[in-house]
Amino acid sequence: MSQGKDEGKLEDLYLITLRNGPFAHESFSPSEDLLNFLWNECKVLVVGAGGLGCELLKDLALSGFRNIEVIDLDVVDVTNLNRQFLFRQQDVGKPKAEVAAAFIAKRISGINIKGHHANIYDQPREFYKQFNLVVAGLDSIDARRWLNETLIDLVETNDDGTIDVSTVIPLIDGGTEGFRGQARVIIPKMSACFECNLDLFPPQISYPLCTIANTPRLPEHCIEYASVILWPQQQPFGAGTKVDGDNPEHVKWIFERAQERANQFHIQGVTYRLSQGVIKHIIPAVASTNAIVAASCANEAFKLATYIANPLNNYMLYNGESGVYTYAFETERREECPACGRAQPKKICVSPKWTLADLIEVLREDTELRVKSPSLTVSSRALYYSSPASLEQATKENLPQSLDCLLEEGCEIFLTDPALPLGRKLQIFFHKCSKKNK
Amino acid sequence: MLKLFSLKQKKQSAQEQTENKTSSNKTTAAELRLQKDISELDTGKTLSVYFPDKNNIVEFIVYCKPDEGIYKYGCFAFRFKIPPTYPHDPPKVKCETKVFHPNIDEEGNVCLNILREDWKPILSLNAILYGLQYLFLEPNPDDPLNKEAANLYRDNKAAFYAQVQRSMRESGAYYSR
Repeated sequence: MSQGKDEGKLEDLYLITLRNGPFAHESFSPSEDLLNFLWNECKVLVVGAGGLGCELLKDLALSGFRNIEVIDLDVVDVTNLNRQFLFRQQDVGKPKAEVAAAFIAKRISGINIKGHHANIYDQPREFYKQFNLVVAGLDSIDARRWLNETLIDLVETNDDGTIDVSTVIPLIDGGTEGFRGQARVIIPKMSACFECNLDLFPPQISYPLCTIANTPRLPEHCIEYASVILWPQQQPFGAGTKVDGDNPEHVKWIFERAQERANQFHIQGVTYRLSQGVIKHIIPAVASTNAIVAASCANEAFKLATYIANPLNNYMLYNGESGVYTYAFETERREECPACGRAQPKKICVSPKWTLADLIEVLREDTELRVKSPSLTVSSRALYYSSPASLEQATKENLPQSLDCLLEEGCEIFLTDPALPLGRKLQIFFHKCSKKNK
Repeated sequence: MLKLFSLKQKKQSAQEQTENKTSSNKTTAAELRLQKDISELDTGKTLSVYFPDKNNIVEFIVYCKPDEGIYKYGCFAFRFKIPPTYPHDPPKVKCETKVFHPNIDEEGNVCLNILREDWKPILSLNAILYGLQYLFLEPNPDDPLNKEAANLYRDNKAAFYAQVQRSMRESGAYYSR
């Protein structure tokens, strides 16, 4: 590729970073430093190399981001090929992240891109720490929650209690479902996080069990009947075998049973594809929705990195179901959000020789916490449950134990109590001379 | 406002990592929520909860002992499994005691709206416990899972009552006191 052609590609980047403009952020100042930062320093992590991921990688790479890593645990499936355009027929079965990275590296000269065929949960904090921006194209709420909390966890506070902004890694989260999509900008500890308005997410579609059992009206009802009621009754592939939506024999069995039921109730429309869709809760992916949402995410990444314009504040929804509708609004931070809430872990100084009962007494007397019947766990291990009775019975043997037998210095305890709207984290410090104030 | 490029931060590269702690895939928020819900289970006189493993509270059994109505003196075990996506998704609940009931089938599936289509994250485990108790006090024959039970309940209360007694004796659900 000739130098001239490469230069031409950059022209637009020069235009928007070297001149001021009416939409620029107030603290924007045109400078070559912006592009130098974008090319040489700014590291972006793309989470997910699926429908959104492919679009995101293409958009980011073509917008001038040169240091990109991508992580995905999946391998290419033949059904991905219609929209996940970084993959070809011969890539089927290969790791998505690696194939996608190789494709981008081949097409865009001078880019530094790395693919990780791995689970996001298995990466250490330090992996995430190295990035300036994280852009997510995920399909699971679980993974988003985890990523959100991990990035919040990385934010450090200064001695005066203010946020150390150099530890803040913005999360740009894209999501699509059929013709609908959303893009949002989450600045951990500074703007609303994923957990702050988790209830915004519509629940998974499910049908009343009695309708499925007795009064089916839709083809979906028949398929659910086969997979939820007939499967556990008949155990067609051996006792204990669970329905696997990727196993063609399983899907075929369910499809045939569903069809029998549909005939019985004169319901049209049960197909093999629909059966698999219902079993796997597939919502058809629409390439154009992915393209629009990913473009918005990449645009936000570019704005955050250069400040050429105000970033999205902070939620954009898109609906292409009937016409084209989009709207942007600000979701608000929840004061008592369990992930980014302003309450820091409360530091508690104790003597290692205190018993657990002593600690609970001190917590009860604490005028800030105002708890009455606290329950405590440490890294998923039960310390003490004040209720229900069976857990109280099972954990009260810990009460006379000394704290140094139960805990490690600096550990975080989860405290819940009916008086606290959510739980609270406590951090335990050992101090020889700590006295209980009786 | 946050200004990324002006921070001029040099991000540590992944190779320079020293500490290599692998984190778990449970989120703090989800764990805290479940711990809170569990420690506030409202069992009253007619329910009891059993945890096979106190350090793994995602699986437990609720015993329901109605003190009035058709199912009085019965003891019915429900196995609860809390998915990692709780409270976004509802707990999975199965009845492990065979019972003749319009809304519970032979396999122990329970037809309770908040266990499926009407579940919302603002509901808690207590809402499900109340729901289960209510099913024993007021079976709902209009949304049946066990059609035979529903029809009998609607058409012949006395015969239904006798059938319930028989099923409770057969399954050992009866508990003496």
